[in-house]
Amino acid sequence: MEFLKRFAENRGAVAGAIALALIVVMAITAPLIVPIDPMSTRGRPLLPPGGEFAFGTDMLGRDVLAGIVHGARISLMIGLISTVIAAAIGVSVGAVAGFFGGWIDDLLVRITEFFQTIPSFIFAILLVAIMTPGLTSIVTAIAVVTWPPIARLARSEFLGLRRREFVEAAVLSGVSRFRIIVSEVLPNAVSPLIVMGSLMIATAILTESALSFLGLGDPNRISWGYMIGAARTVFRQAWWLSVFPGLAIAITVLAINLVGEGLNDALNPHLKGRVRIQT
Amino acid sequence: MNARVVAEPLVAIEKLTVRLPEGGDRLKAVDGIDLDIAPGRILCVVGESGSGKSMTAHAIMGLVPKPLVSTGTIRFDGENLIGLAAEKHRAIRGRRIGMIFQEPMAALNPVMRVGRQIEEVFRFHGVPGPYDRRVVKLLDAMGLPEPELLRQAFPFSLSGGQRQRVMIAMALALDPELLIADEPTTALDVTTQKQILALLKRAQAERGMGIVLITHDFGVVAEIGDEVAVMQHGRIVERGTVAEVLGNPSHDYTRTLLAAVPKLAKRPAVDKTGDEPLLSAKGVTKTYSGRTGLFGPRRTVEAVRDAGFSLARGQTLGIVGESGSGKSTLARIIVRLLTADAGDVRLAGVERNLLDLGSRDLAPLRRRVQMVFQDPFASLNPRRTVFEIVAQGLLAHGMSRADARRRVAELLELVALDPASALRYPNAFSGGQRQRIGIARALALEPDVIVADEPVSALDVSIQARVLDLLADLQRRLSLGMLFITHDLRVAAQVCDHVAVMQRGRIVEMGPSADVLFRPTQDYTKLLIDSIPGRGAFAAPEAGPTAT
Amino acid sequence: MPQLGFVLQWVVKALAVVLAITILNFFLIRLAPGDPAVVMAGEAGAADQQFLDQVRRDFGLDQPLAVQLATYVKNVLTLDLGQSFRTGRPVADMIFERLPATLLLTGTAYVFALIVGPLLGAIAAMRPRSVFDSLLMVVALVFYATPIFWVGLLLILVFSVQLGWLPPFGMQSMIPVKGALASTLDVIRHLILPAVTLGLFYIAVYVRLTRASMLETATLDYVKTARAKGLPEWRVATAHILRTALIPIITFAGLQAGHLVGGAIVVETVFAWPGIGRLAFDALFQRDYNLLLGVFLISALMVVFFNMVTDIVLRIADPRIAGRA
Repeated sequence: MEFLKRFAENRGAVAGAIALALIVVMAITAPLIVPIDPMSTRGRPLLPPGGEFAFGTDMLGRDVLAGIVHGARISLMIGLISTVIAAAIGVSVGAVAGFFGGWIDDLLVRITEFFQTIPSFIFAILLVAIMTPGLTSIVTAIAVVTWPPIARLARSEFLGLRRREFVEAAVLSGVSRFRIIVSEVLPNAVSPLIVMGSLMIATAILTESALSFLGLGDPNRISWGYMIGAARTVFRQAWWLSVFPGLAIAITVLAINLVGEGLNDALNPHLKGRVRIQT
Repeated sequence: MNARVVAEPLVAIEKLTVRLPEGGDRLKAVDGIDLDIAPGRILCVVGESGSGKSMTAHAIMGLVPKPLVSTGTIRFDGENLIGLAAEKHRAIRGRRIGMIFQEPMAALNPVMRVGRQIEEVFRFHGVPGPYDRRVVKLLDAMGLPEPELLRQAFPFSLSGGQRQRVMIAMALALDPELLIADEPTTALDVTTQKQILALLKRAQAERGMGIVLITHDFGVVAEIGDEVAVMQHGRIVERGTVAEVLGNPSHDYTRTLLAAVPKLAKRPAVDKTGDEPLLSAKGVTKTYSGRTGLFGPRRTVEAVRDAGFSLARGQTLGIVGESGSGKSTLARIIVRLLTADAGDVRLAGVERNLLDLGSRDLAPLRRRVQMVFQDPFASLNPRRTVFEIVAQGLLAHGMSRADARRRVAELLELVALDPASALRYPNAFSGGQRQRIGIARALALEPDVIVADEPVSALDVSIQARVLDLLADLQRRLSLGMLFITHDLRVAAQVCDHVAVMQRGRIVEMGPSADVLFRPTQDYTKLLIDSIPGRGAFAAPEAGPTAT
Repeated sequence: MPQLGFVLQWVVKALAVVLAITILNFFLIRLAPGDPAVVMAGEAGAADQQFLDQVRRDFGLDQPLAVQLATYVKNVLTLDLGQSFRTGRPVADMIFERLPATLLLTGTAYVFALIVGPLLGAIAAMRPRSVFDSLLMVVALVFYATPIFWVGLLLILVFSVQLGWLPPFGMQSMIPVKGALASTLDVIRHLILPAVTLGLFYIAVYVRLTRASMLETATLDYVKTARAKGLPEWRVATAHILRTALIPIITFAGLQAGHLVGGAIVVETVFAWPGIGRLAFDALFQRDYNLLLGVFLISALMVVFFNMVTDIVLRIADPRIAGRA
């Protein structure tokens, strides 16, 4: 309750939440709102916005509006799934390293550091290119390049909590190690992780759009980045082909970031105003 | 009344009020106080946490944090400091009124050389340079070694005491008429505290300046103060000379506070030396080593070296030492939260060395040695109810929830808490109550030994006394062996039958409290005892402090 | 000799990263389904037997895996990154030829961002919740959320297509201009749009980071000490708050610097800038894996290099780091 109150105090976060809710609804109900295949030709190519097609058509005569509505599904799905996978890897690695310490920690920190040294975007490109472009390869690539910051955060949270006196008290009371991790440490570490996770969904969506823009998207599914990339050669004549999908990406990412910051302020009131930017 | 009251006050505070933001549990941090600060004297403002003493000091400096507003008058040299133009107030700060703070570790800029930080005071109050000689002279006057070198140092390489001396040097650089010291020795060890207090007293006498010293410790008041004002809930409840207030307190709250101050007094020894020891340790050693970087030199710190003791049932052994003496490390080794490098720890009825046991063998023995922690906030999981916290050990050892509920109710009653509080979360409790919950948790598994690591040092004195009484009472009734870790010799004198004094990882003196604390043989023990603030005033009340 | 230890540490670290990346590269190629030679050659569009044999020889694919790995590592360590499947030229040559253009673009964008971002962020932090602060934070948030390539396209639409002020692509005009000064100006004119595109995102990042870091530092005890000394507010803000608040920004900037090449791929693609980003895009398009792996390796080396520079700068900026050693 108190959490909701604090969240509601942040006007930006509320606006973001509303926008995000609308986008999610649009993505879920896409086949109902625009019951056509967005990859199919619907009219004459390069029709400007207005008239029959509110957002115009592309060089193959595809409806841009249909692409935007259906593209929301790919963006949100990839953002969500890849972040969930990255979070699962990151939290496991970070939790084990932070809680157990010693040589396990040393080893896992080295591995995490190595993955942070790899230029992440190029690595993602390589992975997608080699695994052949598609949903799975994009999700895998984004997850593989984004887990290290989560691991570092989880590790530092666990490291700090492990030395907290209430955890020591649980050890002395004979509580099992697994229970200590699950019921003493994790609940106290979870709120910064949620905040970071929400911001990483936004980053994942941006990464997906850049990969699709470069032609590494799933060729059978429409996505916003793909729409901009495909229209790159004609964008000077047909501005609507890049402006609308770009706005869609920017609004979605902005909404998620606003919600993420609102969560940060509401979950960690003492950290109010502190931005977490992944490194 | 005396002549000093007639003299023109240096600072005259009238109806000072500091309002707190709405929605807090109180409306005002400071509630309409009147206070005159006389020139050339040391005024101690005493109170427990939340009494408004620190906020009063900040109001004089014009440093009340943002959303808070102060009203009333603070008259200094004919001007009201409240509502004074920012630029005028700035010119007074640092030049005519200096201030030092509680945490010398945090109060200096970590990335600026010490000398530069002092230099800034001269530079920005229009004193023409060069400043080097002045800075060196000032550092020298503060009793700092090698001021030429120290000037170039960064704060991290200085000890806590040295940093506080640098802070004082900064505050005194321009010979202010008033120095405000906000708990200046609270974060320091006793021996350092004594030196810093002496330095403040000397600086005051040499310069004839006034000092407002904010403290929670009547020992410090007795040691250094001329006058005292006692604050409670944002109001001044008593005001007078130190001799008057300490010798003949008129307000109930002052009396309560004074009664709660731990005194270095002998307690009747309950000697049970004939008993077989319940817990004994021999040759416990722990070395920390760390390498700085892959090729850096290896550094080692001997946290505990060859420590040994013996504890009988129904007795309390105090382990006393300053920060870094290894007392907490030793405690954590005994309960096996830390692994020792060497040593032999025996628990009655167990054949083997506790330190050699693997986690499987150790598990059933853990319940016999339990711990009470220092920090009443960090030691309770904020996301679990009191029931879950106290019952965690019982449930882990297979007790049913219904039985555990009954047992938790018993335990809460034992530590004088309402059994109904079992369903609430820790944030609903005060520091003292939280510490009681921690004690209940430690007692849940019916241990033989309680290791209490500074259990009262985070609490206000009045609460401290009650928690100590509770611990002593429980220990007698349950016939526990208690290992009591503390930095405060006065507290040790109150609860411990035996005392071990630790210094740099070694136990330098050990024996019955009556011997160690009252007939010490080692220089270090003597130094510690000698450093207890206000020892004269409190150890021998009939002597009483004499008015200056 | 702490300096010697420091240098040694970094040499070891750099070597370890190169080795690890090399091994990663080696296995990445084999991650692709099918015979690596067929994958590489086939994607290169030259699947005749002779080409296959050459690929096999180049990668020692006829040898046991361990030997293959050893050969590959040895080649990389002698800066032999193999040959491009498309052009047949040594990959290392192709990359080093293009490197200056990328360094010019990313360097300009980054220096620009590192000056403007913290400056704006610091001004905002000194008056939190003022009109300037609120406005700046909104703008920063928007640019932080906007895909870089899209910003590039919009800038071209506005400044090249609509206004005709700046050239939309390339690093030089099609018709070469004469004279050193004129050609320098020509490059600068071409540089503005891509550098601004790349820079805007990083400005947004540093505005937010600086503001947050300063607001956090402002709550520390020693800032109160500085005020108690009677220092003027500007001095407190610069020497005490900003000075320390910059330390996490340096750390972040250093970590980011090496990853600039990633952003450069997108920007160079949009603006047809002849750097290694564009090279990587072409390699990707033509499935020239060897070239792509080369770019990957070089970028990783750049990350290691910038991490080292950051470490050195941090030691100067934060005496506590050196002091701990």
